[in-house]
Amino acid sequence: MGRTLAEKVWDEHVVRSAEGEPDLLFIDLHLLHEVTSPQAFEGLRLAGRTVRRPDLTLATEDHNVPTLDIDKPIADPVSRTQVETLRKNAEEFGVRLHPLGDVEQGIVHVVGPQLGLTQPGMTIVCGDSHTSTHGAFGAIAFGIGTSEVEHVLATQTLMQAKPRTMAVTVNGSLPEGVTAKDLVLTLIAHTGTGGGQGYIVEYRGPAIEELSMEARMTICNMSIEWGAKAGLIAPDQTTFDYVRGRPEAPQGEDWDTAVAHWKTLVTDEDATFDKEIVLDASEMTPFVTWGTNPGQGVPLGACVPDPSDLDDEGDRIAAEKALEYMGLEAGTPMGDIKVDTVFVGSCTNGRIEDLRSAAEVIKGHKVADGTRLLVVPGSVRVRLQAEDEGLDVVFKEAGGEWRGAGCSMCLGMNPDQLQPGERSASTSNRNFEGRQGKGGRTHLVSPLVAAATAVTGHLASPADLPAARAASQA
Amino acid sequence: MEKITTHTGTALPLRRTNVDTDQIIPAVYLKRVTRTGFEDGLFGAWRNDPEFILNKPEHAGVSILVAGPDFGTGSSREHAVWALTDYGFKVVLSSRFADIFRGNSGKAGLLAAEVEQDVVEKLWEKVEADPSTPVTVDLEAREVRAGDLVAPFRIDDYTRWRLLEGLDDIGITLSHEDDIVAYEATRPSWKPATLHAPS
Repeated sequence: MGRTLAEKVWDEHVVRSAEGEPDLLFIDLHLLHEVTSPQAFEGLRLAGRTVRRPDLTLATEDHNVPTLDIDKPIADPVSRTQVETLRKNAEEFGVRLHPLGDVEQGIVHVVGPQLGLTQPGMTIVCGDSHTSTHGAFGAIAFGIGTSEVEHVLATQTLMQAKPRTMAVTVNGSLPEGVTAKDLVLTLIAHTGTGGGQGYIVEYRGPAIEELSMEARMTICNMSIEWGAKAGLIAPDQTTFDYVRGRPEAPQGEDWDTAVAHWKTLVTDEDATFDKEIVLDASEMTPFVTWGTNPGQGVPLGACVPDPSDLDDEGDRIAAEKALEYMGLEAGTPMGDIKVDTVFVGSCTNGRIEDLRSAAEVIKGHKVADGTRLLVVPGSVRVRLQAEDEGLDVVFKEAGGEWRGAGCSMCLGMNPDQLQPGERSASTSNRNFEGRQGKGGRTHLVSPLVAAATAVTGHLASPADLPAARAASQA
Repeated sequence: MEKITTHTGTALPLRRTNVDTDQIIPAVYLKRVTRTGFEDGLFGAWRNDPEFILNKPEHAGVSILVAGPDFGTGSSREHAVWALTDYGFKVVLSSRFADIFRGNSGKAGLLAAEVEQDVVEKLWEKVEADPSTPVTVDLEAREVRAGDLVAPFRIDDYTRWRLLEGLDDIGITLSHEDDIVAYEATRPSWKPATLHAPS
């Protein structure tokens, strides 16, 4: 019988398989950052162990770094200690590190692909749940906890029970102005936050095949938000074109050998999935969240739902608590919700295409009075590329803030945080209570909706904007 | 890791679904580089509310958390498990756990036992009626018992064995190092590396 893409990649990495035990999987790439690694390195040190494959390990500083004054010492001493601990550990154990100030520094899930380290058919792990991003290349990529980080450092393997497989087939084409972010938010509202639990998901179908690599990364990034173990997309010419020529991509004959292998990484026609979901992209519209988990979303054109309409008691109570936390009334049109801060960035939507699309919407407009726009590139390379293209000028002329690279307000570990009660439209991945700052209220949106929202001061899509002044003057 | 066979203690009825790891421990508590002392961050935001159930004196000394479905969603932070164990929790009961949280629990010695939602509801009612109700979680029998309630729970065989034996995963894996060496010898040379020999 045929195999799915996920099964093929899995089978290629089994080091040891025994009845009644999880498989022992080889890990091709282990990514590290400052927050989930210190206790793992300490464990190695206490046990007198070394990093088995420093040549398959890469560290960056991202979660806890400031996006302002990055040439100065980190002001918060606790954050500074954590970053310095990573630097000491990287040096002691011989791990390549891209620290703050380095041209390759950035969010770990932006850095891996842009260096060409993320390639089809790999196993990739990191102590971060958004490791699923790398699945866009046809890799099995998933987040792990710190005990597992230590395990991978020591052995370059992980014990893993083989997950079930699911296909998410997306037919049709996304309409103009509807993005990969809207697609994945629509999917999560459909499945709930636990719908993918126990599955490796393959996203497929015409709407997925049409997406750029960066849009595919946005989709795979949010696999974890509906509980999936990992999400992946079969590699194709779009993938090969993206990888080719990057610093760590195979070259010469190696390239041809690699591509020949990568072309075999597709689900066989006679393979079966344990579950399948089918969606139609052509019916999708800009999609935003109203609640405190990523499954609590509606089309931007809809209203805040009424909890009493929900059949399931657990869902109803969760919705009531969410509305209370979010300070929203059932029945309010989503487009009437005023927003204090717009955050464009994160491993979900902090890549160059995201910044380009946001800049295109905002060009010639001003950020609304009483609204703040924070633009945080996913990496230094993304920042430099954006500056080459003049995108920084577009954001700054509109009244936005242009920052250094990192996770920033996605999780508010650094100073970029919401104040209590403050409301954001955010291109990030989680609208959990307090995620972006204690008492902060988050609406997850696409970069296009984020940009339009910055201009109007309330949740909006580009279609809601008057023609830009600059465009009319041109 | 400490062995777990059977645990008896009092339980905390947490009537919440989708308790994500940002709620279990907010990011601000993740800046530490040590492995202990995370109990102060447990349910950090909710504990500011004096009415939050963990703040109630009748629930002092609880060691079993009984939560709604989709417990531990979101971030991979193992600090969420550490916050629970550092506080004194030995067991979490829920009808559905997020994968990463469940994996982290098994590694860090917290028993994540999956029960049917009606068992969760019955436990909530019992403990709300009498917070001192002793609850027993028997890993050998895969059974939860509280008064007249006897119900099975699910946990995978391998995690159960490791918890019962208190085994260290790295030690187990390194006993198969020959297999790792053999696998490494077969890896294609074109696979990427982060370090390169000086040319």
